[in-house]
Amino acid sequence: MSQQPKTRKIGQFTNPETPGYVGFANLPNQVHRKSVKKGFEFTLMVVGESGLGKSTLINSLFLTDLYPERVIPGAAEKIERTVQIEASTVEIEERGVKLRLTVVDTPGYGDAINSQDCFSTIISYIDDQFERYLHDESGLNRRHIVDNRVHCCFYFISPLGHGLKPLDVQFMKAIHNKVNVVPVIAKADTLTLRERERLKRRILDEIDEHGIKIYHLPDAESDEDEDFKEQTRILKASIPFAVVGSNQQIEAKGKKVRGRLYPWGVVEVENPEHNDFLKLRTMLITHMQDLQEVTQDLHYENFRSDRLKRGGRLSSHGYVLPLSPAYVPVSPEPEEMDKDMILQEKEAELRRMQEMIAQMQAKMQKTGEE
Amino acid sequence: MSVPSCQLFDQTKEECGVMQSPLVDFSYVGIDAILEQMRRKAMKQGFELNIMVVGQSGLGKSTLMNTLFKSKVSRKSVLATSQEKIPKTIEIKSISHDIEEKGVRMKLTVIDTPGFGDQINNENCWQPIMKFINDQYEAYLQEEININRKKRIPDSRVHCCIYFIPPTGHCLRPLDVEFMKRLSKVVNIVPVIAKADTLTLEERDFFKKKIREELRSNGIDVYPQKEFDEDAEDRMINEKIREMIPFAVVGSDQEYQVNGRRLLGRKTKWGTIEVENIAHCEFAYLRDLLIRTHMQNIKDITSSIHYEMYRVRRLNESNTAVTQANGIPEHHLSAHEM
Repeated sequence: MSQQPKTRKIGQFTNPETPGYVGFANLPNQVHRKSVKKGFEFTLMVVGESGLGKSTLINSLFLTDLYPERVIPGAAEKIERTVQIEASTVEIEERGVKLRLTVVDTPGYGDAINSQDCFSTIISYIDDQFERYLHDESGLNRRHIVDNRVHCCFYFISPLGHGLKPLDVQFMKAIHNKVNVVPVIAKADTLTLRERERLKRRILDEIDEHGIKIYHLPDAESDEDEDFKEQTRILKASIPFAVVGSNQQIEAKGKKVRGRLYPWGVVEVENPEHNDFLKLRTMLITHMQDLQEVTQDLHYENFRSDRLKRGGRLSSHGYVLPLSPAYVPVSPEPEEMDKDMILQEKEAELRRMQEMIAQMQAKMQKTGEE
Repeated sequence: MSVPSCQLFDQTKEECGVMQSPLVDFSYVGIDAILEQMRRKAMKQGFELNIMVVGQSGLGKSTLMNTLFKSKVSRKSVLATSQEKIPKTIEIKSISHDIEEKGVRMKLTVIDTPGFGDQINNENCWQPIMKFINDQYEAYLQEEININRKKRIPDSRVHCCIYFIPPTGHCLRPLDVEFMKRLSKVVNIVPVIAKADTLTLEERDFFKKKIREELRSNGIDVYPQKEFDEDAEDRMINEKIREMIPFAVVGSDQEYQVNGRRLLGRKTKWGTIEVENIAHCEFAYLRDLLIRTHMQNIKDITSSIHYEMYRVRRLNESNTAVTQANGIPEHHLSAHEM
């Protein structure tokens, strides 16, 4: 970022010290200022079985209490319950930067004895957000589009098993094309260091085996400094993150830390030797922008192209959005099929209209006769 | 009485190992010597114990069994397979071991149930387990009604079923409730909180209280059952135990050096969890209950209450009268399933 000279004669935009300096290097500053004023929006979805510490982790990550009046239902009530979607929004401000954070919780996931259908609600929610954004984007007034699309999904894996459960695999395969999936090993203080490494390796192997596409951190650019490159390297090597959450202050070694107090010791949340909480937080914060971009460029565009291919009316303003000639589908075959389908639909419409006209004519004749 | 008989009298006493004053005791008959005879007979015969472990994969069932009996008795230690894939259906795997301690021999059978609760759809996953338990009762019953019975009927009935509850810290899951509701009627269930080093002490107490409430409200009677307390003394001891269930356990088969002693435990960066330290976890209470104090009681309840209930039900089903002149059983009915 370049420094503007403190005194500047009006009309003179060149920096007398550097000839040929135009000044558009100042653009990032302007973007920065504008986005700071506008604020950021981020939607994070948390999915995982009951009791994995999701709420505690979210509260720990953002240092808030998102669930002040929480009531955890008993087993009998859980039998009847289906998966619900609960979105809570909180506005966080730090050093003048405003973040409008929405956390979408999915209570009831994986609780039932038969969890066969537990993720259809979640997938429809994600699709609904995409649909709404598409609708807004295609509308007339595009000034205040609210972006409620899910930018990132933390999937909580239980540390107790030997790897991924069948439900984990099925769920991740169902959503990896719709949202950025970040697998997280919950309650990592259950595991010794060796068990943790083994579990991470197991999970990565199973993710590969089943072809699940999790979110990959972008490699550091070559012009970034060494520290950042090193940090990115460490982060990439630690996926999936094994985290412990807590908002309780415990006294340990003379200082107050956030942690969990056991009879045999204190687990410190912010100690990188104890767990990967700091790494998860760093990843989320440094890559928030990238998560939003990937959601926009990859997942949303996939959704949009699928949706438009299927056709149908998008806007309620009476606009029928045609397939623009500039939009070329990837493979030629579906285009022909589309053409056939469109032709068939048009023919069906024509037939219907002809029938209606025939009926109206018949009616007119009747009334004419009477 | 003559002197020789007194001497004889004292000799037998010394043989029994019973402390007695050298003075002659007129009122003593010697009935309590039977205890020693029973002890010797039991030691010669040996004991049988069949424990079933039920719970989702990864809850530390095999490790806990190894820790309880301080030897590698679990399925994983015996079968050489290193792969830990979740089986598609529930399997019932029985492994038997003969272990010995101070001259007392025990045939320990650990019945494992891999695949329980691991599928996406876990409906009726308790059925294979119920069937197995009832099959063991059936086998014993068939032996019993034989004309020429064996002197000692081999006892393969499940004496105790340890149910592993995952340490969520909230409450029981629907699967836990359904399973325990059904199985507490046919077998002694001992619920334990698995991998309890996940919970702090307050979380543990809260969780236990929640579990006890839910067990009560669902009418689930776990071991030690209130209705089978025989007398006031029993009741007192069992009440203390009932206030502590489910036991929060941690298992380990690795030893570490702690304060100069070698102890079983789990070593982490923030401390070492000692398995047998009651300040850390309740493994010692579970071990005492199952092995040191209540083992015989568990077996008695299985044979005199659960088995008898099964037997009565079965014999009422079959059309032959309970008292049969010829003793030939009717085999035409299949095993009853709840």
